[in-house]
Amino acid sequence: MLSLIVFLPLVASLVLVTLPIINDTASRWLWVAVATAELALVFAVWLRYDTPSTGGLAFEEQVPWIPGVNSSYHVGVDGLSLPLLAMTAVIFLACAVYGLRETNRPRLHAALFLFLQSVSMGLFVSADLILFFLFFDLSIVGMYFVIAGWGHGDAARSALKFFLYTFLGSLSLLVGFIGLYVAADPHTFDMVELTRQLPLQGSSMAGGLVLAAILLGLAVKTPTVPFHTWLPPAHTDAPAGGSAVLAAVLLKMGTYGFLRIAMPMLPDAWRQWSWLIIVVGVVSVVYGALVALAQTNLKRMIAYTSVNHMGYIVLAVGAAGVVAGDTEQARSIAITGAVTQMVSHGLITAALFLLAGVLHDRASTYDMDAYGGLAAPAPRLAALFAIGAFASLGLPGFSGFIAEFQIFTGSIAAAPATAVALVGILITAALFLRTLQRVFTGATRGSSVGFVDLRGPELLSVGPLLLLSLLIGVLPRFLLDVIEPAAAALVQLVGR
Amino acid sequence: MTAIALWLLVLLPAVVGGTLALSRLQRAAAGVSLGTAAITAALSVVVAVTRPQVAVPFVAGSEFALGVDGLSALMVPTVAVITLLVLVFAAGDILDSRARFHGLMLVFASAALVTATAQTLPTLLMAWEIMGAMSMALIGFWWSDEHRVASGTVAFLTTRTADIGIYLAAGAALAGGAGLALVDLPSATSGWRHVIAAGILVAALGKAAQLPFSFWLSRAMDGPSPVSALLHSAAMVAMGGYLLLRTQPLLAATGWAGPAAAWVGAVTALVMGAVAVAQRDLKQLLAASTSAQLGFVVMGAGLATVTGGAVHLMAHAATKALLFLAAGAWLSALGTKSLVGLQGVARRWRLVGWVVTVGALSLAGVAPFALWATKDAVLASALEQSPPLFGVGLAAAVMSAAYAGKVLMVVWRPAPESQRHEVESHLDEEQQGNRQVGLLEKAPLLVLAVGAGVLGWLTLPPLGEAVASALVGEFVQPTALELVVSSVVAVVVLVLVWWRGLPQPEWALHWLGMERAVQVVIVHPTLWLAERCARFDDDVLDASVVATSRGVVRLAGRSATMDGRWFDGAVEKVAASLRSLGHLARRPQTGQLHQYYIQAVALVALGFLLLIALR
Repeated sequence: MLSLIVFLPLVASLVLVTLPIINDTASRWLWVAVATAELALVFAVWLRYDTPSTGGLAFEEQVPWIPGVNSSYHVGVDGLSLPLLAMTAVIFLACAVYGLRETNRPRLHAALFLFLQSVSMGLFVSADLILFFLFFDLSIVGMYFVIAGWGHGDAARSALKFFLYTFLGSLSLLVGFIGLYVAADPHTFDMVELTRQLPLQGSSMAGGLVLAAILLGLAVKTPTVPFHTWLPPAHTDAPAGGSAVLAAVLLKMGTYGFLRIAMPMLPDAWRQWSWLIIVVGVVSVVYGALVALAQTNLKRMIAYTSVNHMGYIVLAVGAAGVVAGDTEQARSIAITGAVTQMVSHGLITAALFLLAGVLHDRASTYDMDAYGGLAAPAPRLAALFAIGAFASLGLPGFSGFIAEFQIFTGSIAAAPATAVALVGILITAALFLRTLQRVFTGATRGSSVGFVDLRGPELLSVGPLLLLSLLIGVLPRFLLDVIEPAAAALVQLVGR
Repeated sequence: MTAIALWLLVLLPAVVGGTLALSRLQRAAAGVSLGTAAITAALSVVVAVTRPQVAVPFVAGSEFALGVDGLSALMVPTVAVITLLVLVFAAGDILDSRARFHGLMLVFASAALVTATAQTLPTLLMAWEIMGAMSMALIGFWWSDEHRVASGTVAFLTTRTADIGIYLAAGAALAGGAGLALVDLPSATSGWRHVIAAGILVAALGKAAQLPFSFWLSRAMDGPSPVSALLHSAAMVAMGGYLLLRTQPLLAATGWAGPAAAWVGAVTALVMGAVAVAQRDLKQLLAASTSAQLGFVVMGAGLATVTGGAVHLMAHAATKALLFLAAGAWLSALGTKSLVGLQGVARRWRLVGWVVTVGALSLAGVAPFALWATKDAVLASALEQSPPLFGVGLAAAVMSAAYAGKVLMVVWRPAPESQRHEVESHLDEEQQGNRQVGLLEKAPLLVLAVGAGVLGWLTLPPLGEAVASALVGEFVQPTALELVVSSVVAVVVLVLVWWRGLPQPEWALHWLGMERAVQVVIVHPTLWLAERCARFDDDVLDASVVATSRGVVRLAGRSATMDGRWFDGAVEKVAASLRSLGHLARRPQTGQLHQYYIQAVALVALGFLLLIALR
């Protein structure tokens, strides 16, 4: 089942590349069809999903791959990865629908996104470090071509910066993986086995170094301050769909790594260094929000809010490492919030980036001051952007609140100093309201004059993302019921 | 069955409102909205009588729980009925973008209803912040005017700043082992209990527009009048006071939070009363008076007289909704809300004039109108617990009578002939007036006037004890003497105002410069810091990454040079010297025999020499 989910888009991608006979329209629709099928498959997995035992996985498949180093094709899901798998499927479907209006080499465009979907799905189901690393790097390659091939502005440079920076990060990750492999006895890259073995438990020096290598790699990908400067240019120059996937899916590969690799495999070192992780999280929250507040380019601003939103996740996983007293429930709540935030940020930020893409499509600029009173010619865009903005600033009723409330409640209870990050939700509110005011209200002027409102595919791609955010915000149980057992299990694993 | 009524009470306006706000049903909007509000009002009475409790699992090991107890049985019908009346008025008053207006108002009301029935912190916070966001959208309803949108932003950001208190309280409640149910909060461990109380106190003071948060209410006046009527009476501001009444046991459990609330309330009542006296705009005057009247509610919560506070909240809701709707009716008719422009307006619209008189007398605290008895219920507790507090409260009561008198004087006393021109110049300054007040606008005023007339009797015998028995806290029945004296004082102040006029304290005109101060102390430094951070991000962080990569390129260039010049050079040199050696070696091979012989002889001779030498 999982292998089908991973390889179906890849097969479709190869078909699109190798059969030039498929025309543009057909390739657009093929993409939508495959993305829909993927979502249906993930939905089926969700329906049949039963919480596995602590450290175990559901829907497991394992085939020997590189037996010389004990690496296998090993996949499976649990409550940490299933929500991300589902969110990824939703995002790619939204991009496929949005892509119905793509006119620049649509066949290749569809093929590239299908390839990206394969590696993204693959990463979230990987249960082997080499497999994880492979998908991690391939995602960078895929995104490089999306930005370089379909971007605008200084796309080549931004793409290169993105590639080199994150690739360098992935090398650090690889060093960490090899460290785990070498320390394990017998040597293995299998995640389930490594989580069981805890090869570096008790050796604080080696454990610390391996954790540092892994953290560095993940921090670049997430990204956290101060390793985030590749993100704004990459977003600004990427096409709308590319930005949506980059923010919604690729960034989550970093935060997911914290939960999947760093915390359960190096619990000792994690607890030891949790204060540092909390500090990085708090700084990312506050600094990211402040820098976002100062932006005048809409896409750069949204990019910096991602730094802020990822900061909440880092903060929560850091607080989950502060093992003291009877705060087990609080730490579990913080982790549940972190996973919810990954899903929530994916949905909301993808929606905002797709809407920003509409601005560029119509008026070729993201400069907020070029607009004003846009709500008059484009009421639908204004309504959806306002909903997205409120969702992003964590307004209750949307998924962001469910995420941030749990992150803060759990983190403050586990590590009271994290309360300083609360100022982040205030700055985010200020910056989004200012943006709404600048771009959409007042007298219609500048690039707003003659602006064409959302078209069908744009509405149909963004609308469902926001509806899902609303659904999670109002009826979160269907999601939390999956995450909570996994979060509790992770708290056990970190506490070892 | 009754559980369904409670769910419907909150879900119906939320769902209908949400759908309406995004739809384009401009014509049907008012009808749909009034129907929904009417059903909600009926449901509110049902739940107030049957007192249901409902809960479903929600977040963080807590529930989404709603329930109706004695306190919410008073509050829920107040919210629902006033919403209905305000929407009836709006049906005649708001004629553009009706779907959006009514939709947002219904969601606003739903959020207020959830706030009034919330049993856990997540439930409360959810409704609390949605209420804030809806108030922002409603204040900035006329979005083509950027100033109004900015006013909405100010309101939202100010109240959200205070809301952080609830986030903090939730973390503290979890840490303190109490869980997130409101009723359990007082049982948190001692240290955390203080944090919880502080967080909730700050959040409530922010919503209730108490000092130092009051200034957002001034900006909130940029919204349409029906929005002001609802926001100041039953939703939003009122909910701030309500939260403190709801969490009164928590405040009491800390020892300090009760007195702190009481003093903040009393000082706000007095100072904002002075601000109200200073205003030259009817809506601004009423706004400042809202802040001041909520001061009595907050005081009541702090003094543990939940009964007095709750009934004051209800009576104020009816009174203030009435006055704001009347101000809105005149604004639509004459296009002005300035007090100069409104001189003698009650003589032109007698009915509206008389209901405003009822509202103003209630505000002034004249018997038998509503706020007279409720305010005294709060002050009676103050007298028992702290004479200085009672003194401040009494001064605030005098201030209420003064600004109420100012309203009465303005609307009834026609402008002298010499000022006619000035009055005329204010007409249509805000919007084009239509010079009429329609039936839909008058009808709700009459109902509200009844409320502003009689609701205070809920604190008087024989009703007072019955109401108090349904609520927590202690109830001190004001003595007959106190009641008579307070009414006499109010009447005396009214007469004095009518006879001698009122001073216009210039210092209080701009709401004590609170907004300006916040701009200078918080907003500007934050923006400056943001700008600095952005510069740092570009010029230091990113620049260092770029510099590093440039350095790598440069290093590569150097390596290439080094590679070409040194390594390859050295190889070349070795090769060249070998080649020249080769050349040298070829020199003897001339192909001429006699030269080979000479070489052989020389070599043998050299061999001998070597042999001899080494021996």
